[in-house]
Amino acid sequence: MSSASGTKSSASKPASTRAKPANKAEATADWVDGRLGIYSLAKANLRKIFPDHWSFMLGEICLYSFIIIILTGVYLTLFFKPSMAETVYHGSYLPLNGIRMSEAYASTVNISFEVRGGLLIRQIHHWAALVFVAAMFVHMMRVFFTGAFRKPREINWLFGFLLLCLGFFDGFFGYSLPDDLLSGTGIRFMEGAILAVPIVGTYIQMFLFGGEFPGTDIIPRFFTIHVLLIPGIMLGLLVAHLILVFYHKHTQWAGPGKTEKNVVGMPLMPVYMAKAGGFFFLVFGIIAVMSAVATINPVWAYGPYRPDQVSTDAQPDWYMGFAEGLIRFMPGWEISVWGGHTLNLGVFIPLMIFPLVLVAIAVWPFIESWVTGDKREHHILDRPRNAPVRTAFGAAWIALYLVLLVGGGNDLVATHLHMSINTITYAVRVGFFVVPVLTFIVTKRWCLGLQRRDKDKVLHGRESGIIKRLPHGEFVEVHTPLPQKDLHTLTAHEQPRPLELPAETDENGVARKAGAITKARVKLSEGFYGEGNQIAKPTTEEYHEITSGHGHH
Amino acid sequence: MSHDMSENLPEAHVASHGTDVVSHDDPFADPGLPAHEPRRTDIDERAAKRAERQVSLMFVVSMLATVGFIASYAAIDADKIVYIFPLGHVSALNFALGMTLGVALFCIGAGAVHWARTLMSDHELPAERHPIEADDDVRNDVIEQFKTGAAESGFGRRKMIRNTLIGSMALVPLSGVVLLRDLGPLPEKKLLHTGWNEAEPSKPIKLVNMNTNEPMKPEDIVQGSLTFAKPEGLEESAEDFQQQIAKDALMIVRIAPGDIKDAESRDKGFEGILAYSKICTHVGCPISLYEQQTHHALCPCHQSTFDLADGARVIFGPAGHPLPQLKITTDEQGFLIATGDFDEPVGPSYWERPR
Repeated sequence: MSSASGTKSSASKPASTRAKPANKAEATADWVDGRLGIYSLAKANLRKIFPDHWSFMLGEICLYSFIIIILTGVYLTLFFKPSMAETVYHGSYLPLNGIRMSEAYASTVNISFEVRGGLLIRQIHHWAALVFVAAMFVHMMRVFFTGAFRKPREINWLFGFLLLCLGFFDGFFGYSLPDDLLSGTGIRFMEGAILAVPIVGTYIQMFLFGGEFPGTDIIPRFFTIHVLLIPGIMLGLLVAHLILVFYHKHTQWAGPGKTEKNVVGMPLMPVYMAKAGGFFFLVFGIIAVMSAVATINPVWAYGPYRPDQVSTDAQPDWYMGFAEGLIRFMPGWEISVWGGHTLNLGVFIPLMIFPLVLVAIAVWPFIESWVTGDKREHHILDRPRNAPVRTAFGAAWIALYLVLLVGGGNDLVATHLHMSINTITYAVRVGFFVVPVLTFIVTKRWCLGLQRRDKDKVLHGRESGIIKRLPHGEFVEVHTPLPQKDLHTLTAHEQPRPLELPAETDENGVARKAGAITKARVKLSEGFYGEGNQIAKPTTEEYHEITSGHGHH
Repeated sequence: MSHDMSENLPEAHVASHGTDVVSHDDPFADPGLPAHEPRRTDIDERAAKRAERQVSLMFVVSMLATVGFIASYAAIDADKIVYIFPLGHVSALNFALGMTLGVALFCIGAGAVHWARTLMSDHELPAERHPIEADDDVRNDVIEQFKTGAAESGFGRRKMIRNTLIGSMALVPLSGVVLLRDLGPLPEKKLLHTGWNEAEPSKPIKLVNMNTNEPMKPEDIVQGSLTFAKPEGLEESAEDFQQQIAKDALMIVRIAPGDIKDAESRDKGFEGILAYSKICTHVGCPISLYEQQTHHALCPCHQSTFDLADGARVIFGPAGHPLPQLKITTDEQGFLIATGDFDEPVGPSYWERPR
């Protein structure tokens, strides 16, 4: 019996041993707790400690722009017609009056001109998508350069990486939906790329488009992928990503009182609820203002898609620019294979390098932990200078990305800087190989220089700007010793020694040969931590020796 | 790599947990959490009051902005254009809605953050971390439970059940794969031919100017011009117009016959009038930039450049082969006609493309 009438008669058996709630709010909380167990959940999380640093907000921007995209996206689906049925436009945008177009394009124009606030929501949706991918990039760079991907966070790194890749593709599918001249050209490019796939290319193309290009199926199919399939997967990954952030607790910078065994910061309630919650509104507000003052993707100006028409300056959204660069700088290699078959290497090779560029950065955590042999948990972040090889690799990757971005915008570079497009394209071909290598070398040396500077600061203190004259006439600058908290922070990083080849004979005197993989690993480890690849931290002895001899350098 | 690497990893940095005991031997030891430094609002009640008023002011501005949003929505016509410096002529409604919404949202955020920074406690607190991995007792217990469960299921022992289960689980997704078959037709010979394939010597197809929709005569085409053409009978209103024009579109140029370097190309043309496929052989963009002095045509998408005076040979860019050329002539009334299809498939190359 659970009805109210039954409670009186069974009063001798109280349902709960809990004390009477003090007020209505507590009573409600008790009721919910009895069903969902919220008290146990809140015990661990309500006052959960989060460390404070500006770079920890980058992930929040990703989360918030994703929420904004979902909210505005749902609104857009109420008006958008994902159909390639032909219609003749008779709306308030007169330049398109009487023009044949698809329902998809016509409804996008209507959202922009007929629905009040529709243009704003469209622009917020598109701006938020650009911010989303950009924030994911910068967030990923933060995690990379500080080594926050190390154990136990490798899997969360992969979740983040998948979110980035899915973000790329959902962005591409999204801006393809209006069926305007620019995005239709993008779909045509995708069709050409699919056709370049050996053996199955034409089959994939026919199945994806429901026949020959463009057919009438591609927009509805992209719509389902864009609003349902990919966002669904992303939402799952995002929740998993956040659960792991809570479960692992946040990383923190080295500093006084901060160890691998604790996390120092302020509690979720109230400080981070206010700060993070407030930050959502800041991000949303800024994107709304951007959408009020800056036009994005004015599809009405491009016109409806026709396969025999094109505009100049055809560019994808920025995050696809590196793929565009790969396709533009590649020489037109087309070879004949297996008696009469055609292999379009000029398109197929870029198609294969595209995922490799992304995977190169995704697998780094596993390569690094293999080279270092480090199986311990890490919660204190590395300063980029203290991991020169990692930092140099990351910088080289960004350099490659930027070279490709220039390659993807070679026509814009040519017209804006009055340069020859051929020269730019040849330069990108060379730069693809040379620039990342140079960037690697320069960044590594730069990091080592900064390490030397840190060492110098620890041992000799900070320049005070005070010049002192010694009795024998020499002028010296007085250096102020650093306070202990700075001494600690600057020496808190670890410096592993490089791996060594195992002894050539084992303990029983039997010869033991190191395999090629072991040798490669030792060589790499030497490159990471060997002599000249990291500057030894100052030791206590060095410090005492220098500080005891006053005024001595 | 079997041998233990851990000896190469440094010891964890020595940390002295007490704040007061600072070792004089180790100048780099952790001095512990610094003492809290109070903010102005912590010690000055007037400053705190001021901060409170500032936070509330931002929330009030937000409310006013929302009222402004609703008022703009109701009052401003969707097609009203205004001049706003430095943006230029913009939609008044979009600007008003975006600014009011932006301010309404931003002020909530700014108020909340200001509140947290000035009035909420800023004492830094440490929380313990615990290793993610379970201790050995838990680990062994779980493995034991799993083994018990596995043994009770008999999965390892009853091999027939195991193997048939694996077989059925492997087969069942095939139904899903089969269902995808009707996503589209098989490629067959579809990419091999264009709409010009309907043309025969006895039943030629006229070339029609894309802009005027009129058949073309050689005298209409002046040297140095670029004209786009389609086959006669293909109308914009046709159901499959997009699909047809994606393959049939032509680019007509007229070059002085003496300047045409490729004899075969000259023969396919008519008195120096050459009809090339407009669809780029790289990934299918329509080529539309023509340099009349050099006779080069450039694709605006990826800058593949073709020399139209030399059989549309690729002279720059990522395209892998020349543009296909349609053989043209004139009929008895003097209209330009085609009597057959291109010799090769138009557009981007693909595996089955003959080479």
